[in-house]
Amino acid sequence: MTASPGRQGQSPSAPALVAEGVSKAFRAVQALEDVSIELRYGRVTALLGDNGAGKSTLVKCLAGVYQPDAGTVSIDGVQRAIPTPDAARSLGIETVHQTLAVIDTLDVAANLFLNREHLRGGPIGRRIGLLDHKRMRAECEATLGRLDIRIPSLRRAAGLLSGGQRQAVAIGRAVAWGQRIVLLDEPAAALGVEQTARVLDLIRNLRDSGVAVMLITHNMERVIDVCDHAVVLRQGRKTAEAPVRDVTKSDLVAFITGAATTE
Amino acid sequence: MGGWRAGRVRRSLPHRSRRARPRDRDLQQHVVYLAFALILAAFAVILRDDGFLSSSNLLNIGRQAAPIAVMAVGMTFALAAAEIDLSVGSVVALASLVAAEVVAAAGFWAGTLAALGVGVAAGLVNGLIAVKVRIPSFLVTLGMLGVISGVARNMNNLQSYPIRNDRFSAVFGAGSAGPISSLLIWTAVALALGHVALRHLRWGRYVLATGANREAANALGIRTDRVRIGALVASGTAAAFAGVLLAGRLAIGRHDLGENDLLTVIAAVVIGGTSLFGGRGSVAGAVVGAAIMAMLNNGLILMGLRVADQMIARGVIIVVAVALSMRERRET
Repeated sequence: MTASPGRQGQSPSAPALVAEGVSKAFRAVQALEDVSIELRYGRVTALLGDNGAGKSTLVKCLAGVYQPDAGTVSIDGVQRAIPTPDAARSLGIETVHQTLAVIDTLDVAANLFLNREHLRGGPIGRRIGLLDHKRMRAECEATLGRLDIRIPSLRRAAGLLSGGQRQAVAIGRAVAWGQRIVLLDEPAAALGVEQTARVLDLIRNLRDSGVAVMLITHNMERVIDVCDHAVVLRQGRKTAEAPVRDVTKSDLVAFITGAATTE
Repeated sequence: MGGWRAGRVRRSLPHRSRRARPRDRDLQQHVVYLAFALILAAFAVILRDDGFLSSSNLLNIGRQAAPIAVMAVGMTFALAAAEIDLSVGSVVALASLVAAEVVAAAGFWAGTLAALGVGVAAGLVNGLIAVKVRIPSFLVTLGMLGVISGVARNMNNLQSYPIRNDRFSAVFGAGSAGPISSLLIWTAVALALGHVALRHLRWGRYVLATGANREAANALGIRTDRVRIGALVASGTAAAFAGVLLAGRLAIGRHDLGENDLLTVIAAVVIGGTSLFGGRGSVAGAVVGAAIMAMLNNGLILMGLRVADQMIARGVIIVVAVALSMRERRET
């Protein structure tokens, strides 16, 4: 569907991102302790856990927002540092943060291209950062069309969109740039039934085109529905990991509440 | 995780955002132009016998509006980035004094550049302290206002410093190109630069993104620290240029130039459609807002109000105008 998110020649289930022994403390609070996780191309990995289990912290560590105190991250088998969000993006990692997905006052096209604007006007234009509005609108329209995302007007401020449309724009940003690893933090929180279904379709599309997806969610139905693999955090530690087809909803709940573990 | 703002609230209230249609937004963006036309028409009728519409009076309004408009262009960036610059008035004064002294000592170019340098430096210090020490720009620039006002008062012992450089006066303020006052030309230049920077440069987009949601902009890889510093530098530089224009027009540098302009500038910017809380900005609106302010000022004088009554009337009008323009936009 899109400009080959999966790298050429990458086998569909090859490891995309491997994090090992990641720890992160905020003053006295150990938010993450020795957490390891593996994301594969063409697979949706669920990251589960109760509030405060460390899910969002882990995402922010992988997205370059936080620096882990310990641990390593490898992309395509090469160990990498992710000092900034920009670095994460240039490594092919796109993140849709829970509450930081779009800028409300900018229009749809501006959001889709934020921090990756097309410029025009030759060397001088590039130097001063002259925006190529036309090209960005056209590409935005093409991308949203390809993903079957319907937005009333690309010039509409993102704050005026419905929750589902906003998430679609945020996810569309990942796809537009051919990113190979997509981290989604509660993309369907507070969405209606139909909007949620559309976001889940979008996630399946991503997976089918070879993208490695990590999905943080509280909703077990969603896990069973769309995820292939589940990782459970509890109090900053990984307490369980299993293929979704091997577990039931109540197993997952038991992992999350700490009634059971696989580790 | 929890406890975050805008995004979450909006999302849980989708019906609220659906209510504002795009057409409404277009209307809101043009409120300032409508207000301009209405006020112009009102004064034209009320003051028809007092020469409000005479070309000399209109030119007067333009001349008065020019420094305010230039300051407003800069302030648009500060507000759009969710910062504020309360030091602009003092920068105007110091820039006028520096221009006067350096022009006398070292000529036109040195004087002009030194005056602009005052604004760049003030903005840079404001921005660096706000960002690195994490003090709200409201407080940093309030302190800066005091410091710079004091420095300006010390510079020439509260005396005005005459400028006897014909070129400086001609270029900045007193002269004209054909029938058009150089003040208006410089205002147009500031308008064009500001408009392009905000709407057509990447930087302007980052200013809006940073102002709308700094945390999100950060997460998207925008260097919001630099953007915020840059917005305050823009504001300081514009204020310094307004100081140059005032110095040129009056042929003096003085410690109290610009002293009473802060409220006027902020009102002009907000009436023009820039959000006091960041994320939305309009340079053209700010310039029209400045014109509205100058028009009010001029009209009230022509109506024969005493200075005290003018102050009261202007204060009330500003609060009402800002309240109206913000009420219009709250939903979007």
